[in-house]
Amino acid sequence: MSLLGVDLATVLELGQDHLLLAGVPLLVGLALAIPLGWLATRRGWLYPPLVAGTGLLYTIPSLALFILLPGFLGTRILDPVNVLVAMTVYTLALLTRTVADALLSVPGHVRQAATAMGYGPARRFLAVDLPLAVPVISAGLRVAAVSNVSIVSVAALVGVSQLGSLFTDGFNRNAMGPIVVGVIGCVVLAVLFDLVILLVTRLLTPWKVSAS
Amino acid sequence: MIRLEGVGKRYPDGTVAVDDLSLEAPRGRITVLVGPSGCGKTTTLRMINRMVEPTSGRILVDGEDTAGMDAARLRRSIGYVIQHAGLFPHRTVLGNVMTVPRLHGWSRARARERAREVLELVGLEPAHARRYPSQLSGGQQQRVGVARALAADPDVLLMDEPFSAVDPVVRGGLQQEFLALQERLGTTIVLVTHDIDEAIRLGHRIAVLREGGTLAQFSSPADLLAHPADDFVADFVGADRGYRALSFQRAQVPIHAEQPLREGTGHAPGSGEAWRLVIDADGRPLGWRHTDDPEERLRLGGTLAQQDGTLRSMLDAALSAPSGRGVVVDDRGVLVGTVRADEVLRAIQQAPRPTGDTVRTAEGTE
Repeated sequence: MSLLGVDLATVLELGQDHLLLAGVPLLVGLALAIPLGWLATRRGWLYPPLVAGTGLLYTIPSLALFILLPGFLGTRILDPVNVLVAMTVYTLALLTRTVADALLSVPGHVRQAATAMGYGPARRFLAVDLPLAVPVISAGLRVAAVSNVSIVSVAALVGVSQLGSLFTDGFNRNAMGPIVVGVIGCVVLAVLFDLVILLVTRLLTPWKVSAS
Repeated sequence: MIRLEGVGKRYPDGTVAVDDLSLEAPRGRITVLVGPSGCGKTTTLRMINRMVEPTSGRILVDGEDTAGMDAARLRRSIGYVIQHAGLFPHRTVLGNVMTVPRLHGWSRARARERAREVLELVGLEPAHARRYPSQLSGGQQQRVGVARALAADPDVLLMDEPFSAVDPVVRGGLQQEFLALQERLGTTIVLVTHDIDEAIRLGHRIAVLREGGTLAQFSSPADLLAHPADDFVADFVGADRGYRALSFQRAQVPIHAEQPLREGTGHAPGSGEAWRLVIDADGRPLGWRHTDDPEERLRLGGTLAQQDGTLRSMLDAALSAPSGRGVVVDDRGVLVGTVRADEVLRAIQQAPRPTGDTVRTAEGTE
């Protein structure tokens, strides 16, 4: 079976690669951004360097990062690990500020009440601050997901195969079919990420749904 | 019992929030900290559970210096209610109230059972237990806040402006319930407010603080009204303090027999009075009727004074009744008789002025 001259099995395989290359860094980046964002809110003077510093990482062109990373990591240029690490860096760049701002958005009187009830700092963070930060973090995560899906396609230029490979293929063969299929694949993936994040957010914040 | 000994809070930039404050909040009583904004009353309250660490002096709870205790453990043993309730928006009403028992390590089932008990205690319907705070009214949220603070049965309760975010109509009712609850539980309470009326209504002892966090006066409400320590306190207590002081005075006032009309009966034999009091079948006053009124309309209005009520309530009853006769009822609300304003005033004239020395420490008047 084929779609606009592209074999459907190939599209599915490329889509799966794309999903992993964009999705795994999203989760790892979030896991790293939470402690960093927390740190930025714990000590006021750490906020500007942490948020601005990680934010600057986003300005590194992706192609440059794909090419530079093997030098730092000791990996081969074709290794997908380079892409995973690069995408984690971009996720971190977007989410550190999001997490910090989400934690700062927790109402002061709620935080004070939690402390007054006798929560220690770590327990308060897990039981009160983080659950209340979920809606804002989720909004940032949706942006990061779309950004990841888009940036990953550039990795086709360094030979890591995913939906972006359809663009290089179409360009080389001067064929529109693969390019259109690639674009559709990216959009479907982005929508898929968005729906999953929305669903998980909904499950984590029953209080938001019933409040409206 | 909570004892503050020369407690002070000075911030690194040199600002003094509280300066050399000594006072004692007696066990089982309500002690109110009152003063204008910037007087350090909230800071003082927060030093008791170490949300703010004092920079000088010491604070003793039941004789034990709080500085030596684990802060989180200390806070779990002290109930805390803040303005706007400060409920956790992501937890149901039940979940909010279960917080401190769970922190104490109680099982979920036991904490839930206790939470239901306390919610009933503060008068919240069980139907609300599964709701989220945003689905409740301000008054209901404040009840949940009180329930949450009481859940682990603390001996001490700290309250920071607990009623100021609630609308005035609801506030009066909540204050009444709060007083009844305190009497029943015997909790030692320290309450912060900027509202001198609230302080006088709720406090057994009142500490008036002035800007810069120094104690201006510490005494009973009656004493505060009768003997303000200085111009600042007199000014803060307000212009009608003489009238308000009547809230603490009781005296014998002649009670006149009334010949009331029973509801539903038409014209009764005239008593010669232009205004006749109408009562229901149980003898509870319903209102006044003017004998010349062809439509026999019932005028409500007129506050009711309790038989053993204060001079303030007697005078108010007399002043607010259209007939000029203040209605006095017993504790079941049944008509006893009426009082006259001039006779209440005579009783006020003859009543001894409240006396007692202003005290700064606990060995004072009660």
